Amino acid sequence: MSIPAIRIDSVTKRYGQFQALAGVSLEVQQGEFFGLLGPNGAGKTTLISALAGLTRPTSGTLQVMGHDVVEDYRQARMHFGVVPQELVFDPFFSVRELLRIQSGYFGIRNNDDWIDEILGYLDLLPKANANMRTLSGGMKRRVLVAQALVHRPPVIVLDEPTAGVDVELRQGLWQFIRKLNKDGHTIVLTTHYLEEAETLCGRIAMLKAGRIVALDSTQALLKAFASHSLRTRLRQPAAGVALGGNDEGDGWVGFGFDAYADVEQLLARLREAEAGVEEIQLGEPDLERVFVEVMHRA
Amino acid sequence: MPEALQVRRVAWVGFRTLLYKEVLRFWKVAFQTVAAPVLNAVLFLLIFSHVLDRHVTVYGDISYTTFLVPGLVMMSLLQNAFANSSSSLIQSKITGNIIFVLLPPISYREFYAAYVAASVLRGLFVGAGVWLVAMPFIDLPMAYPLWVLSFAVMGGAILGSLGVIAGIHAEKFDQLSAFQNFLIMPLTMLSGVFYSIHSLPKLWQDVSHVNPFFFMIDGFRYGFFGQSDVSPWLSLGVVAVCLVSLASLTLWMLARGYKLRN
Repeated sequence: MSIPAIRIDSVTKRYGQFQALAGVSLEVQQGEFFGLLGPNGAGKTTLISALAGLTRPTSGTLQVMGHDVVEDYRQARMHFGVVPQELVFDPFFSVRELLRIQSGYFGIRNNDDWIDEILGYLDLLPKANANMRTLSGGMKRRVLVAQALVHRPPVIVLDEPTAGVDVELRQGLWQFIRKLNKDGHTIVLTTHYLEEAETLCGRIAMLKAGRIVALDSTQALLKAFASHSLRTRLRQPAAGVALGGNDEGDGWVGFGFDAYADVEQLLARLREAEAGVEEIQLGEPDLERVFVEVMHRA
Repeated sequence: MPEALQVRRVAWVGFRTLLYKEVLRFWKVAFQTVAAPVLNAVLFLLIFSHVLDRHVTVYGDISYTTFLVPGLVMMSLLQNAFANSSSSLIQSKITGNIIFVLLPPISYREFYAAYVAASVLRGLFVGAGVWLVAMPFIDLPMAYPLWVLSFAVMGGAILGSLGVIAGIHAEKFDQLSAFQNFLIMPLTMLSGVFYSIHSLPKLWQDVSHVNPFFFMIDGFRYGFFGQSDVSPWLSLGVVAVCLVSLASLTLWMLARGYKLRN
């Protein structure tokens, strides 16, 4: 079995009285597109910072491609690229200068071919010689992605990369990240846009108060935590409520079910109760409902 | 390539790049970081030499203006070495772009060496600028160039280290400004830049002897005139001890990740 891209073992992090991470253990396999979800303050950024060597864990160990991030930090960082959450930039330099400098930090000289390739993918070539101060927010965000990729890291972490980004840029960014994943890069994503995580991530971990409260494949989470829903508009809503439905107002009553076979049975019971079905709507399970339910239960 | 060799190559290129970036950073705004301090020192020179040149001689027959120039060169060098590392670090911390230096495989030793080397270089640029501007107006000897260079580099490295400490410790620009105005500025101004300590009362001579900046400037001046207030070897010893102590303290802070890798 190949070495995991990321191995996190019993990691805790305490800032004074505040427990940011409370014994997190997790493995991400090479080539995965992995989602790290959680409400604000759940510990996602702390965990990423610990992996990147920006924060030192209070206890536990973290490895990137088999390299300990503390003991063997040089190798670990060579294999790791981070797109930070904040829109940070160095105002002294142009885009190209910044990417050349970033390459040099990783021991790479004469990296212009790869820099041009990244700039091309991110639609930044026309701005290659522009000073960072003159770029729009979306362009600065793309430069952050480029900076994380200059050393071709096999493991890439994107910490809320689409926060405050317009739809067109978001789609372009995901297209590029998908391509990187297809080319073999392991991607770890944190986002508050749960539909993005549902579409992109094969596996998801959910954090709450520094603990992992759910960890499974996206499909398994959807299946385990969220039932399908059936909304019915009834002439006699009270009859539907008597059968276990939720009164949603205006004659609408909602029901949960696990398999489509249950729908027929439910409709039959509504007919028997003479509820008078006027309209029906089927709802697919989505990650947002899973998320809310997991956070509520944890 | 064997792994150990590859690590060394990465470390070397990383150090060189960080040094290059730090030099480019001040060079891109050289009007502010080099030309302005040179002008500042030249104004000091014009005013003090105009007022005092005919009234004061030092070390026997050396004119006051000639005596003043090495002190001004060293004072400018020291203040700018401090300003370079401290302002770069506080700006990077406040804007958040320090992350780009912390994410790559750069060790704390390379980090320290690059920031301090860039500080020394800026100090040398400014010091050389003051010296070059003063050259046409005075006949300044240079008895021992190696002493001049040694004190310039070690003094710059001491202030570069102090700048790293201040830049990492400070969380706001006004904290850094306090460090500069209440520590660096008084220590440089009261270090014998504008006078020989032999002209001071005994008490203030003794006070000057606990100011390490006095030894930096006195040793540096010895390289020009072959004369100094105290033995150049004593100055060299004090400066070397200060450098080793501050370098050790800075490296210890960086190794612990103090305020950088919490």
